[in-house]
Amino acid sequence: MNLDYSAEYLSFQEEVRGFLAREWPLKAEEAQLPREDQASLFRLRATKQGYLYRGIPVRYGGSEQAADPLKARIISQEFSRVGAPRELERNGAGRLVPTLLQWGSDWQKEHFVPPAIRGEHIWCQGYSEPGAGSDLASLRTRAELVGDQWVINGQKIWTTRAHLADHMFMLVRTEPDKPGREGLSYLLVPMKQPGIEVRRLRQVTGDASFNEVFFTDAKAPADWIVGERGQGWEVSRTTLKFERDQMGGPEQGLDLFRKIVGLAKRTTRNGVRAIEDPEVRQWLVALEGHVMSSYWSGQYQFSLGAKGESAGVLDYTGKFLTMHVIGLEAARIAQELIGDDALLLAQVTGAKAPLGNERWVNHNLGSLAANMGGGTSNIQRNIIAERGLGLPRDA
Amino acid sequence: MRYTWSEEQRLLRDTVERYVIENLGFAARRDKPQTPRAAWRDMASLGLLGVAFDERYGGGGGSPLDTVLVMEAFGRGPVVEPYVSTVVLGGGVLRHAGDEALKAELIPKLIAGDTLFSFAYAEPRSRFNLANVELRAQTVGNGYELSGQKIVVYGGPEADVLFVSARTAGDTRDRDGISLFMVPADAAGVSRQDYQTMDGLTASEIAFDRVRVPAEAIVGEPGGALPTIERVIDDAIVAVCAEAVGAMSALNERCVEYCKTRVAFGQPISKFQVVQHRLVDMHVAYEQVAALTLRAALALDQDPVSRGRAVAAAKVQLGQDAVFVGKNGVQLHGAIGMTEDLDVGHFFKRITMINSLFGPVEHQLRRYRELRGHNEGAARGH
Ligand SMILES: Cc1cc2nc3c(=O)[nH]c(=O)nc-3n(C[C@H](O)[C@H](O)[C@H](O)COP(=O)(O)OP(=O)(O)OC[C@H]3O[C@@H](n4cnc5c(N)ncnc54)[C@H](O)[C@@H]3O)c2cc1C
Ligand SMILES: Cc1cc2nc3c(=O)[nH]c(=O)nc-3n(C[C@H](O)[C@H](O)[C@H](O)COP(=O)(O)OP(=O)(O)OC[C@H]3O[C@@H](n4cnc5c(N)ncnc54)[C@H](O)[C@@H]3O)c2cc1C
Repeated sequence: MNLDYSAEYLSFQEEVRGFLAREWPLKAEEAQLPREDQASLFRLRATKQGYLYRGIPVRYGGSEQAADPLKARIISQEFSRVGAPRELERNGAGRLVPTLLQWGSDWQKEHFVPPAIRGEHIWCQGYSEPGAGSDLASLRTRAELVGDQWVINGQKIWTTRAHLADHMFMLVRTEPDKPGREGLSYLLVPMKQPGIEVRRLRQVTGDASFNEVFFTDAKAPADWIVGERGQGWEVSRTTLKFERDQMGGPEQGLDLFRKIVGLAKRTTRNGVRAIEDPEVRQWLVALEGHVMSSYWSGQYQFSLGAKGESAGVLDYTGKFLTMHVIGLEAARIAQELIGDDALLLAQVTGAKAPLGNERWVNHNLGSLAANMGGGTSNIQRNIIAERGLGLPRDA
Repeated sequence: MRYTWSEEQRLLRDTVERYVIENLGFAARRDKPQTPRAAWRDMASLGLLGVAFDERYGGGGGSPLDTVLVMEAFGRGPVVEPYVSTVVLGGGVLRHAGDEALKAELIPKLIAGDTLFSFAYAEPRSRFNLANVELRAQTVGNGYELSGQKIVVYGGPEADVLFVSARTAGDTRDRDGISLFMVPADAAGVSRQDYQTMDGLTASEIAFDRVRVPAEAIVGEPGGALPTIERVIDDAIVAVCAEAVGAMSALNERCVEYCKTRVAFGQPISKFQVVQHRLVDMHVAYEQVAALTLRAALALDQDPVSRGRAVAAAKVQLGQDAVFVGKNGVQLHGAIGMTEDLDVGHFFKRITMINSLFGPVEHQLRRYRELRGHNEGAARGH
């Protein structure tokens, strides 16, 4: 078995590197544009070149390339290496779009995919409810078809960016007489309407990025349902799978590792640069071991995918490794490295703590949040046990 | 001892716990915000500021165990008052280095809640090495002039009086040549940059620019302050370990309760064995930190090597086990554990911060290793 790239792919890699050397960072007056605009401009060019949004038809704003997981991977590695903007990852482009491409009507695709990948629509994900988190299928927010509209009543919670979003994709109960997941449908809903109230929730990190969302006779057009009535569970699995892959993407581990090495180079420990301290090097090497194993298992998984073979349990272990092992260990090392800076949140007057190291404190807290985001680690383990290892359900 | 507290200690613990829950704990603070220093006055009138000081100065005449009791109760709050900075650190300098006259003058003011103290010992390049002192004190006339920088001075914004470690002789990392100075917080040439810390407490960066103090501002033996500094920091480590023990116990109780009531997949999550086992591991973790904290408190008055080993061991255990409890406390609550409105995340933050305070695991491990070598063959009974 050979996990390295073949000649064909090596030359593709060269081509991508050449493109990046020419196009990123932007030059001359383009380099003066606001960051977001620079990123959008670059994304358009990279899409035209066939590097981004490869699975999306040209008529929806994508580059419509033949599916080739290895090429996709090379692109993502090379872009990550030079810090070039990659595809938008948030709810819209990252989660809704793949779901629509698989399940959506032509009208839905035309209407929602292009603005999502250009970042013009902001989407939020309305799954969790106060009484339904890990056990999502028990959710109770309901939608009833009245004339040509869905009428929605109930409550969602922990909805990230709902306060900014103009659209939500959500799971609702439309078939009250069917049990559990069979009664659910996947709906798209406009957020700015009288029937929807968003209340912000503060996180211990000081962020106020998640929300409660209340629905009182909120409306959505009848044809904004994705898939059939009662098919919502199946449809939503697509979104969750993309969420898991994103959170578990091996590039994330590499990015994090690079950042933490940077931190070790910047900080002093016992009078020398931390990166020269044997103990620190030992931790970093151990962490790099995890990052590399996650990377190469990703590589293996992709090569299986390229041949159309199933990756089995590996499919589920990516997020687990990245979040649970790499994320938490990186947080621990960061905590040791920054020492006293770990304690400072922000200046009482003025905005920044020394060195910006407080970012790592938030990483520490954030790594806990990420552990829950796409399903808690217990639930990830349950999935691996049941689907991967064929074990019976616990109770 | 924790297993056989005396009647007075039991009473003290119950009083403090009740007071903390009703007035200073997370829920109390969330529901009725307090005016600055109001809580401090209450704590003074309850005698909490004086438990560890000699009766001669109006204190409770207690042992290190009384501080452990109070701090455990604070941990269950969690409390965000500058108790460690004023009472344990500032008060520690007074207790261990002050002469009779200074103690008689200042300890009663501390106990009454009139004067707040803080201890400025850490520097930008010191990284938990207490001997690494660059801030210079030069003799000028019959006094001194202090120039240099201190960082993360806990309780700095609230302090009226600062104790400052300064070099009066020798090189940056020499153990000899360090002295302690008492400096009014508003002295000319002292400038502060105040921070809010992660866990809701405060700290300052303080620059000393040719700050003039008289010769009498030296506290303790000139040039020989390091052993005092080490002792004071060890007192403080035990205090925050006890605080973490309190936080762990409260968090574990919250988790057991929550897991019994939170339903997923048609049953309380406490019925899932992974959840049960996690709760058991968290309880075991708590017991281990509690045991070593108590042992460290009892070792505080022993010789520096035995003391240092016991204290470092407690801090290492804390770094491993308290952080485990903190993280899992949040995880078991799911997303609600991440919210500002629930105390769970605040316990986690405090525990995380305590882990860093006075040197995290790796630092304490190294210290333990060094002291262990030091003590080889000494055949002490532990
Ligand atoms: C930062 C953040 C952002 C989020 N953003 C969104 C969003 O945008 N949209 C959205 O819909 N949701 C969002 N969520 C919610 C997230 O999906 C849920 O938190 C997650 O599904 C867990 O649900 P819960 O919080 O209700 O925890 P619970 O399901 O109540 O779980 C509590 C504990 O019980 C354990 N547990 C539950 N069932 C089992 C079992 N069978 N076996 C073993 N252990 C079990 C869990 O592992 C956990 O430790 C977000 C969460 C966070 C933290
Ligand atoms: C060296 C040795 C000496 C021994 N001496 C004696 C002796 O003198 N007299 C005597 O009577 N017996 C003796 N035993 C037997 C011993 O008591 C049993 O091995 C033990 O009780 C476990 O039973 P088992 O081997 O049937 O394993 P099982 O009970 O079949 O357990 C198999 C695995 O399942 C796990 N498991 C089982 N139930 C649960 C549960 N509810 N939740 C989670 N996990 C579970 C166990 O932890 C274990 O990992 C001895 C065993 C050993 C290894």
